[in-house]
Amino acid sequence: MGAQQRVFKAKINSTKSLRKIFKAMELIAASRIQKAVSRVKAASPYATALTRAVSAVATQSNVEHTLTTEPEQIRRSAVVVLGPDRGFAGAYAANVIREAEELVGLLRDSGKDVALYTVGGKAESYYTFRDRKIERSWTGFSEAPSIENAREIGETLLEAFSRDYEDGGVDEIYLAYTRYKSAVSREPEYRRLIPLEVVEAEDGSSIPQPRTELRQPSFDVDQVFPLYEFEPGAAEVLDALLPRYIDSRILAALLNASAAEQSARQQAMNTAVDNADELIKTYTRLANTARQAEITQEITEIVGGADALAASGAGD
Amino acid sequence: MALNVTVVAADRGVWSGEARRVIARTTEGEMGILPGHEPVLAIVAGGEVRIVTADGEHLTARADGGFLSVENDRVMVVADQAELVDA
Repeated sequence: MGAQQRVFKAKINSTKSLRKIFKAMELIAASRIQKAVSRVKAASPYATALTRAVSAVATQSNVEHTLTTEPEQIRRSAVVVLGPDRGFAGAYAANVIREAEELVGLLRDSGKDVALYTVGGKAESYYTFRDRKIERSWTGFSEAPSIENAREIGETLLEAFSRDYEDGGVDEIYLAYTRYKSAVSREPEYRRLIPLEVVEAEDGSSIPQPRTELRQPSFDVDQVFPLYEFEPGAAEVLDALLPRYIDSRILAALLNASAAEQSARQQAMNTAVDNADELIKTYTRLANTARQAEITQEITEIVGGADALAASGAGD
Repeated sequence: MALNVTVVAADRGVWSGEARRVIARTTEGEMGILPGHEPVLAIVAGGEVRIVTADGEHLTARADGGFLSVENDRVMVVADQAELVDA
C-alpha cells in the first residue's frame, strides 16, 4: 500500500472513532434533556405556591422589606453568570457569556460597579483568563443543579446584598442564564433578581412580577387573594418567604440552564456527527483516488517495462 | 366537604389528595385545620404535618422549613424538604 493511501486510511479510522464518541455524547445529551425538562416541571408547583404566597403578603400588607424596595442609589450591581461546566455544546457558553457581557457593559455605562459571580467552569475560566475579578464561583453542578446548590448561591447573594457598599456589598443582583425554549431553541437572557420588581396588578394592588416563562402557574396571579390571616405576622411571613422565593428563582434559572445546556450539546454533537460523516466520505473518495492512481501507475510501469523488454528483444 | 391538600417540596410535588383534617405545627403552636377554615398563611416550624385523608387513613409528612396556606378548603404545605413517613 502506498504512502498516500496509508495517510487517508489513518484519517478515516480516526474520524470514525471520533464519530462514535460524538454519537454517544449526542445520545446521552438527548436522554438528559428529558430528565432536565422534567425537573424544571417538577420544581414548578413549589415556585408557583411561593409566588402566590409572596404576592398575597405583598398585596395585603404594607410591610416594607429591603428585598422589595428599590434602593435610593445603586452603586454596585452583582451579575451572576450561569454557564456550563464543560464544553462540547457549541456556542452555548459563548452566547450566555456574551449576554452577560452586554449587561455588564450597560451597568458600567450607567456608572455602576459590577461584581461578578459565576456558575460553571466555562464562565469561570472566561473571566480568570481575562484577569477579571470574580467574587465567587461555583462549579460542578451545571448539569444537575439541586435546591441545595440554589440555596448556597442565594445565601451568598443575600449576604452580599445585606452588606454596605463600603464593605463590598451590592445594591442589586442580576442573573444571566439561558432559557430553555425547546429541544432546538434556547435563548440567553438576563433578569434582575433583587430587588424584586413590583408591578401593578389589574386590581390596582402591587405584586411581585411573576416569571411565567420559568414556570407554568396553575392559577391566575392577578386574581384577588382571600383575606389571609398571617401567622405569626405579615412581616415575619414575608421574612421567611422572600429568601425562599429567591432560592426558587435561582433554582428555576439553574434548571433552565441545565436543560438548555443539554439541548445545545445534543445539537452540537449532532452537527459533529454529520461533519464526521462528511469527512469520512471525502477521505474515502480521496483514498480511492489514491489507490486508483497507484494501480494506474503500476500498470503503466508494467506496460512500459514490457514494452522496453519487447523493444530490446526485437533489437536482437 | 373535604380539604384539598397538596404537599410540595422545593424540587417536586410530594402528595396531593382529599383530606378530612390537617394538623401542623406553626411557629405559634399546633394548628388543626378542618374544612371551612379561614384563609391563613403560616410559617411551618418544622416537624410533622399530620393528614387524615378522606378514607380515614393517617398520613404523616415530614416538612422542614416552609409555610402553609389555607383558602377555600385548599391547603398547601410548602416545604424546603418534605417526605411522607410511616405513621
